[in-house]
Amino acid sequence: MAAAPKRPPLPAILLANDLLDGDVVFASVTAAGALAWTRDPTLALLAADDAAAARLEAYAVSEFAAQHVVDAYLVDVSIEAGGPVPRHYRERMKTLGPSNRPDLGKQAGDGIAAERRA
Amino acid sequence: MYRYDEFDARFVRERVAQFRDQVGRRLNGSLTEDEFKPLRLKNGVYLQLHAYMLRIAVPYGTLSSRQLRQLALIGERYDRGYGHFTTRQNLQFNWPKLRDIPEILDLLADVEMHCIQTSGNCIRNVTADHFAGVAQDEIEDPRPTAELIRQWSSLHPEFSYLPRKFKIAVTGAEHDRAVIKAHDIGLRLRRHPDTNAVSYEVSVGGGLGRTPMIGKVVRDYLPKADLLAYLEAIMRVYNLEGRRDNKYKARVKILVHEIGVEEFTRRVEEEFARLDGPSVNADPAEVARIATYFTPPTYEVLPAVSRVLEATKATNPTFARWVEVNTVPHKAPGYAALTISLKPIGQAPGDATSEQMRLVADLAEQYSHDELRVTHAQNLVLPHVRQRDLFAIWQKLGEAGLASANVGMITDIISCPGLDYCALATARSIPIAQAIQHRFADAERQREIGELNIKISGCINACGHHHVGHIGILGLEKRGIESYQITLGGDATENAAIGEILGPGLAAEDVPDAIERIVNVYVEARQGNESFIDAVRRLGLGPFKAAFQEVAHAVA
Ligand code: HEM
Ligand code: SF4
Repeated sequence: MAAAPKRPPLPAILLANDLLDGDVVFASVTAAGALAWTRDPTLALLAADDAAAARLEAYAVSEFAAQHVVDAYLVDVSIEAGGPVPRHYRERMKTLGPSNRPDLGKQAGDGIAAERRA
Repeated sequence: MYRYDEFDARFVRERVAQFRDQVGRRLNGSLTEDEFKPLRLKNGVYLQLHAYMLRIAVPYGTLSSRQLRQLALIGERYDRGYGHFTTRQNLQFNWPKLRDIPEILDLLADVEMHCIQTSGNCIRNVTADHFAGVAQDEIEDPRPTAELIRQWSSLHPEFSYLPRKFKIAVTGAEHDRAVIKAHDIGLRLRRHPDTNAVSYEVSVGGGLGRTPMIGKVVRDYLPKADLLAYLEAIMRVYNLEGRRDNKYKARVKILVHEIGVEEFTRRVEEEFARLDGPSVNADPAEVARIATYFTPPTYEVLPAVSRVLEATKATNPTFARWVEVNTVPHKAPGYAALTISLKPIGQAPGDATSEQMRLVADLAEQYSHDELRVTHAQNLVLPHVRQRDLFAIWQKLGEAGLASANVGMITDIISCPGLDYCALATARSIPIAQAIQHRFADAERQREIGELNIKISGCINACGHHHVGHIGILGLEKRGIESYQITLGGDATENAAIGEILGPGLAAEDVPDAIERIVNVYVEARQGNESFIDAVRRLGLGPFKAAFQEVAHAVA
């Protein structure tokens, strides 16, 4: 992987593409406190300080090395009622799906519904 | 149509097996992403915003019904029920899973298709006039040439690691429908005025992207037999001297620009003279063999104009309008080449559902000698249709939402996927196309405006050909929001030209207003039947800039 990208302003979340399926995943924290990937952007773990951001960055590196995800990076977010929302429109698209096809992608619950059932 | 020989078929199967193995090794951890990425790109697999993307080659835009049905099946089984036809006459699937791609490649190989050389720094899928073999203004079918180049360039060991991607387009007609001047090499079949021999006009160094350039003619009349040796000479000069230090300067257009077309031509001619032509050029027997695959189907002997068609047109103006706009005259009397618009108002330009693909495949089988074409304008073509069958075809297309009578009109917009899918995008392009389509949806108004090409790209890479749109729209990012730059006066035909910027970038919601003002200037100032692009040439940018500025000021 190229040199780690510059850290964005905080708070931030970590997103990536799943290696096998290619869809967008977010780092979240399990009940036991470990980091794990979720398809659901509302469950993304928020890093509000440098220590938390560094933990996500380390997770990005190790998960990339473990062949679970590709293209993992931190994205700065604002906190809104429904959860963290990326400030940049490009990253917002990644948490939603194609704007011309509301029936596809995360906005249509792709991957998320199955995860909630699981 | 061209059929693979045994060698081709075995090669494609071996390639699928290799890729299956590579995916397996990626998934079990023995290949890293850095090792795997170039391998997946060699097989047309990209990573986009929401998913992987698979780009499937449609050589020179020609497909059989069976092939299109297979694409429909793949779309349904492994994607989300639709595909996207691109400006390079290819098809892209937006949602395949990496684990399924070897399976998809096998399904493609079943119908002699693949994704090889749809990506990476090699000679890409060769494109051609979508009316090849049927256009009345054609000197010779360009597809045997395109197929010859495909065979020569596939896995050509010397040209597998070029400084950058390389795109070749061929036309055999007077009127350029293949945008040859925006390609690294553009070939035009033409007759030598003295000998009457069919030869090639060779242009080099066209291209879009961040440094758009119109190709320069390096040979006026290249004898047909010398094609491969001459191409080899061009590729050698480029391969040796093209820049590898900066990927933005690595295309052949930059080399031609930096050393000048005379010097570039001199080097090519020198290399050409040095090459052992006979050992490089194709064996005439092989050229003849390839050509037989493109012999026209056996047409019925029909009167030039179908009385059935004329009578139906007289009673059904909507149908008549569709025939007028979406068909062109055919070489064979009583036939027409029909363009099926993939631009119904409000749909993503170039998208087709699996059901639509199946319907078009059925129509091609029943009415068009089992053959269809993909156009660089992201539409489909039934190339050999009896005029008297047009009404039945129109009715069936209508049921599937595919009977829009807008080919070449203001709503027949070329649009790249933009930020709705593309990881490189700086702004969205599909919703801009949709908003403009809605603004100009009225059929009467479209007729009044006449031929007008709008082309939209979601970033400077220019996959949506915006530089050569009569009106071009480029989506950029400005201070954290999407901003659209409008250009005017581009032309993708034999009068190729790069559009000029009209003024400051606009917010997405202001684009339709700006387009409307530009169109109004034309409608008020045109003389007689003058087309939009002719009026722009006559008037210059001045009056359009003034109208554009009003929108820009109002929102500034
Ligand atoms: C994964 C999606 C895509 C990626 C990563 C991509 C990448 C690029 C890049 C980097 C360039 C600029 C090349 C240069 O200036 O040297 C380019 C140009 C171009 N691409 Fe794409 N593109 C994508 C999708 C498409 C699509 C969907 C189409 C067809 C609709 C397309 C057709 C073209 C064309 C016609 C050009 C301009 C001609 C040229 O100068 O090569 N590309 N693309
Ligand atoms: S022009 Fe840019 S946004 Fe559009 S497909 Fe090409 S790379 Fe993507």
